[in-house]
This record gives sequence, structure tokens and C-alpha cells, in this order.
Amino acid sequence: MLSNFIPPYSATVIENLENAGCISVGKTNMDEFAMGSSNETSFYGNVQNPWGLNLVPGGSSGGSAAAVAAGIVPAASGTDTGGSIRQPASLCGITGLKPTYGRISRWGMIAFASSLDQAGPMARTAEDCALLLNEMCSHDEKDTTSLDEKIPDFTKNINSSIEGLKIGLVKEFDLSKLDTDVVKVFEESKKHYESLGAKFVEISLPNISLSVPTYYVVAPAECSSNLSRFDGVKFGKRCENPKDLEELYIKTRSEGFGDEVKRRILIGSYVLSAGFYDAYYKKAQQVRRLIKNDFDSAFKNVDVIMSPTTRGAAFEAGSKGDDPIQMYLEDLFTIPANLAGLPAMSIPNGMIEKKPIGLQLIGNFLDESTLLRAAHNYQITTDWHLKTPEVMS
Amino acid sequence: MSWETVIGLEIHVQLSTSSKLFSGGSTAFGAEPNTHVDLIDLGLPGVLPVANRGAFHKAIRFGLATNAVINQTSTFDRKNYFYPDLPKGYQITQMTLPIVGKGSIKIEVEGQEKIINITRAHLEEDAGKSIHDLFDGETGVDLNRAGTPLLEIVSEPEISNAKEAVAYFKAIRQIVTFLDICDGNMAQGSMRCDVNVSVKKSGETKLGTRAEIKNINSFKFIEKAINYEIDRQIRILESGDSVVQETRLYDSIKNETRSMRSKEEANDYRYFPCPDLLPVVISDDELKEIRDNLPELPDEKEKRYVEESKLDYSEAKIIASSKTMANMFEEACAKTKDSKLIANWLVGDISALLNKDNIDLEESKLTSNNFAMLIERISDKTISGKIAKSVLEEVWETGDDVDKIIESKGLVQIQDESLLETIAQNIIDNNPSQVEAYRGGKDKLFGFFVGQVMKETQGKANPQSVNEILKKLLS
Repeated sequence: MLSNFIPPYSATVIENLENAGCISVGKTNMDEFAMGSSNETSFYGNVQNPWGLNLVPGGSSGGSAAAVAAGIVPAASGTDTGGSIRQPASLCGITGLKPTYGRISRWGMIAFASSLDQAGPMARTAEDCALLLNEMCSHDEKDTTSLDEKIPDFTKNINSSIEGLKIGLVKEFDLSKLDTDVVKVFEESKKHYESLGAKFVEISLPNISLSVPTYYVVAPAECSSNLSRFDGVKFGKRCENPKDLEELYIKTRSEGFGDEVKRRILIGSYVLSAGFYDAYYKKAQQVRRLIKNDFDSAFKNVDVIMSPTTRGAAFEAGSKGDDPIQMYLEDLFTIPANLAGLPAMSIPNGMIEKKPIGLQLIGNFLDESTLLRAAHNYQITTDWHLKTPEVMS
Repeated sequence: MSWETVIGLEIHVQLSTSSKLFSGGSTAFGAEPNTHVDLIDLGLPGVLPVANRGAFHKAIRFGLATNAVINQTSTFDRKNYFYPDLPKGYQITQMTLPIVGKGSIKIEVEGQEKIINITRAHLEEDAGKSIHDLFDGETGVDLNRAGTPLLEIVSEPEISNAKEAVAYFKAIRQIVTFLDICDGNMAQGSMRCDVNVSVKKSGETKLGTRAEIKNINSFKFIEKAINYEIDRQIRILESGDSVVQETRLYDSIKNETRSMRSKEEANDYRYFPCPDLLPVVISDDELKEIRDNLPELPDEKEKRYVEESKLDYSEAKIIASSKTMANMFEEACAKTKDSKLIANWLVGDISALLNKDNIDLEESKLTSNNFAMLIERISDKTISGKIAKSVLEEVWETGDDVDKIIESKGLVQIQDESLLETIAQNIIDNNPSQVEAYRGGKDKLFGFFVGQVMKETQGKANPQSVNEILKKLLS
């Protein structure tokens, strides 16, 4: 749809990085319009995972994750609407951070689901992520949803001890359904954090099980509207020889969008339709509020919340078949932070059959600093983040 | 059977901000197509809207002037539909929580006052223009207008006939022009309206099925379209059929409305809150400042003209009803203290010229400055009232400067009493029979002598002096 489109403007986040002296090497591949968890929906074909060329790198920011994992670049930017930074970070064995919603301007980022989209850094270490985050954040008058909040130096307290840090474990996350290997890796991380002086507290997020269905109403609803501008009239793809206006729209959009994008536009249009709006979109917004309230209550008692990032390590391309639901469940652990607008990150915490896997830490509103401190303390005492795939040797 | 008509109006008022509702793009009218379009107006991927606070302030002024509820927190929604002149595939509007809530406005039809309640007034962005007749077999799109701020003012269905609808539209136009929030220029589309019309049996409480007539932009067409539509609906009902809920277009050439789309074909706009825009919050201080700086409205002006300028109520009403005329009055008053004289000219000769040409004062060539000059020249006796009429006519035609006309045509009044006396004496000497008749009691002949003096002086004699001199010489 946009392969012929060269934007006459840059994104605020890119300008910020360039102003800080970063050099953009290129744009990385991703799932089409950021809709996918395996990179398989990309118009250009899927990215291969450096840890196994038959494996998916995750998605949607799979290209960024793979480029960092393969050592092509020291760091990359990504965007995260339901886990698109953290899931590929987990599957590629790198560190990725989705900041608080509004920390980084969305100006220049193609909107998928505007109320969930957030850019963030992807790098080898939490410290690198902190350095990047320092530069990426800004209050931007061009984005009214960007926060007018003080931006701390995220590296400042990164070395402080986490003695006494209260880590929440979500009662409702039923880990027994996961692979035993995943559980084992997670338990080891818990032990390691205990050895660093952290304390574990069980917390309840009663509505967390509704996250995936809520997300798959809200995100498609917003995307169905956000993607309306790709209509063949002004820029991007236009179909050949339409006989009238209606055919111009239908052919351009039928030819220009992939199946996953079409599926979400259809779902989104449906949930916003007269007669269904209250039952789906409105209800989903209400549930979203409840989920956010659950987190607010939980953060009265804990400093960060910990869970696996993904249900397993990288899977083989094509292995999830045509079942979109299986793919949607990939984001089970990552989606809640987007719905609540909270910062969350993934750090490498183990290997399963020579494939990396990540640990997710969710922080309180605007408290990326604590997240980064918890992650950095883990990384200076472990070496999972230093593992490199064979392709690099 | 007798029928009652129920009418509601949705008036789109283009707010006179210099930039668009969500971008820095210019709102100036008449530019080359697609030159006043920035990244946001074009709906490029990844761009974001930022609400124009000035548009909110203008909307609030309207709310305050119509005694409306001001929603100090208001939100934006997206109205989704595809059309080439709608770049994003959705229009940003205020569906759920508009800036202006319930208010009301007074209208007057044939001396009868009536209050029309206003349901709401919300901000939204205008679309661009599709141009179907410029390229053979193709449609052009001009996005200059895309994103221009509109205030959509929705009335309650309380309007009973076409005359009331026109009066309501005029009242809204008057208020928005006085508030300086819209130029009121209907030819350029600064005000357009959609009219909802339904008909029911007299006394019936339930409303009939309505038809919506889209996009009418003149008083005359509003009246004609409504009257056509009322007749059409009554004809349908009287023949035993029922009116279909639909959107119709008014064809001013054929003077008829015709179906555009039925309810079934209507778009499902899939409204939902716009996630790109936070709620706009107006602080108490901000609201107070707007309230304190609200311009004087027609009712207040009218009152002031009666009390301070000692005008008759009827004169004050006419002058205060038009912003341009009120400005003209006030500007002339600042130069010449004779407010009665000024009012006479505005209500008399100038109103007559406006009626003759069927235009509004702002469309005429008469400027406030030139009018004030005309009054000054009457007041300082440079020209007589009679000469002033011909000067005004000249100004009306050409727009030329009053002093220039007086000078170039040699219209300066003859004030020299000895010269006038010589002329009068000559006329008396040359018309002995008329003099005899006058002295014999034919008072009406006095006019003959005045006329002769005026003829001799080409109308430049000061009429008052002529009267006095003739009375003296003829007694």
C-alpha cells in the first residue's frame, strides 16, 4: 500500500535521535501496518530470526529485534501497540522497552491503534535502552497525547541496589498452561531477583483475563478508522483502471492490504457499527478502564510486576498456520500494559533449546526508571543478554 | 385536513480563524486549488491533529451570546466515511460532548417574537471540494477548504414555517457577524444549512417522518425549498402514502427537491471518540475573559441608541440589526454629533437604495468613512440635503470619495446671502404676475419662487437662506 510512498517529513522520535547524534542506517522490516506477531504479515516477506533462520523473529518490530540480535546495529527503535517491541525482543534475545503511553511523541509514526501505540528503544542492554530513552522522549506540541511531564535522566539511578524492591506476581496468570521449560526459566529469574534482595508479593488483577478480547476490539476499531486514509486517492497505491469511485476504493484496498490487515479492518468496522457499538466498543472501553484500575490498585503494593514476556521461545515460520487466534494469544502477557498505558520491558532471562526467551517487567505510570534499575541490576549479575547467535561468530 | 409543519435547522458556520481547526494551514478563501493544504490537512500517514484554541473561543462566544451551556470539557469524535474530498476517511467532529450545549435565540416574524431553542453547537472540520465539471470524465479535488473550522448549530424542531426558518437563519447570521466569529458571506459558503422538514396532522403530538434537505446557502432558497417540501409531503400524505425518511437536494433552477439517498442507503458513520485528541478543557479564567470581552450585541446596541443617541425605537432597531450599519452609525456619530440626521440617512435614503438593489450594506460601495464624510458635509452646510442625495447616488454607483464628487461637480452650497438676495430679487422682478397672486393670498406659489432660485443656482443655494430671503422680499 505504501511501497511507493516517501514521506516529505520525519518523525519526532527520529529527529530526536538524530539530534542526539544517532545515525539512521535504514528502515527495518515489520509486520504490515504493525499487525502481526511473527513478521509473517510483512508485505516484503518475513524477517528471519538470527537464532535460527527457520524461526520467526516475532513481531511486529521483528526487523529491529533481529538487526540488534544479529549485531547489525547496536540499537533500533520499535513501536509497541500490544507487545510489538517486547515480544520480538524476547524471541531474539535482546532488551526492549515500551515506555508509558505519551512519553514519546507519535508524530510521524503511522498510526495502528492511536490510544495504544508507543515507540520505544530496542538494544542489547537495559542501560543502552535508558540512554536511548533519554533522547527519544520529548513533549511534542504536534502530538496532544504526548505527555507534558518532566523527563528524568533514566540512567541516573540505574546502578542503585534493588534491595527491598517489591515485585508483584499476578495471581491470574496461570503459568501451569505454559511449557515446563518456560516455567523453569521464570522460576530461576525469581530466585535470582530474590538473591538481589527483591521481595515477591502476589497481586490480583481480576480483569486481566479480559485483556486479549478487549484489545482485539479496541485496536481493530481504531485501525479501521486510521487506515481509511489509504484509499488510492492521494498517495500510496492506486489500483489500475477503476471504472468508478467505488471500484477505486474496493480494488485499491483489496489489492493493497494483506489478509491480517483486512481482518482487523473488518473486525474494527463491525465493532463500531450502529447496533454493535455498545456491545463491543463501549464495553471494551469500560473493561479497559477496569484493567487500568486493577493495575492502579496493584501498584499501591508493588514497584514492578513480573511475568514471562511470551508463552514460549521463537516458533518456526508457518507453524501457527492460518489460525489467527493462536497468533493473537502470543501477546497474552504484553497486551495489558498497552491497555493500561504503563511502561513495560522485556529482558533476556534464559534459553530454551538454544533459543532465547525474555522476562517481562511492568512498571507504574511514568516509572521507567524503576523498571530500568530492576533490569540493569539483573543484567549486571547475569549474562543472558550477552549471548549471541551463531550467525555472529 | 389541516397540517402542521415542523422544521429544524442545522447551520454550518465557517469560523473566521486564520488557520484551520487542526493544522496551521491557511483558511483564506479563493486561493489556487490545493495551495492551502499542509501535511495534516492532507491526512498523510503518521500526522496528528492539534486543536485550534481560537476556534474554541469563537464557539464559546456564540454560546455565551445565545445563553447556552458551555461545556468546559468537550471531546472530539470521528465520523467515518469514504469520499475523495475527505482526506483521512473520517471527519473529526464533536458528537458526544460538544463545546456548546442548550441555548436559545429570539426571532421576529411580522412583528411577532418567538424563542427558538438551540440543541447544541459543536466544532468540526470541513471537507474539501469535489469538482465534477472541470475535467471531462474526471473529478478534481481541492483540499483548500479541508480542515476549515465549522460551528454546526443545531436547532430544536420548533420552527413552524419557511418564514420562521429564514428569520432564524438571519438571526444566527446576525449574531455570528456581530460576534466577529464568521464573515456571514453566504456566496462564499461561509454559512450553509441543512433543513429537516416534517409534516403532521394539526394537534398530533407525534412528529411526522422527516426529510433532510442538504446544503442550502441562501435565504431565498431556504424559503423556497421548505415550501416546496411542505407541499410535497402534504401531497403524499393526502394521497394516503407515507413520507420516506431520506436526504434530499434542493435544485434552485427547477425549484424542487429530489431524493439523494434513503435512510437505508445512509452511511453508518461508526462514530467513536478520536484517540488522537485529548478532551479540551476551558478554565474558569479563560471563560471569564471571553465573557468580559464579548462584543455588544444588537439588542444592547438598540437600547443604547435609544437611550444615549435619542433615536426612535424603530430607527434604533433597523440600525442595530446590521453590524455594518451599526458601525457606520457609530463612526459618523464620532465625527458629527447630529445622531438624528445620521439615523435619518441610514434608515431613509440608504435603506431605500439597499432595497432597490436588494443587497446588504456590506455589499455596497458605500464605506463608513465616506458616509461619515457625507454627513459632515451636510452638517457643516457645504452641501444641502438635496445635493447630498445626488452625491450619495454617485457614491453608490462609483464608490468615489464624497469630497472629490462635491469638488469636481462644483456642488458646494452657495452661502453668500447677498448673492442669493440678488438672484431672488431678479426672479421677483421678472415674475410680477406670480408676485401679485402670492401677495393676494396664493401661499402655495412660495414654492414656485424657491424652485426658481434653486434652478438659477443649480440646486446649490442653501435652502434655509433662500426661504428666509424670499419671505423677506415677498412680504
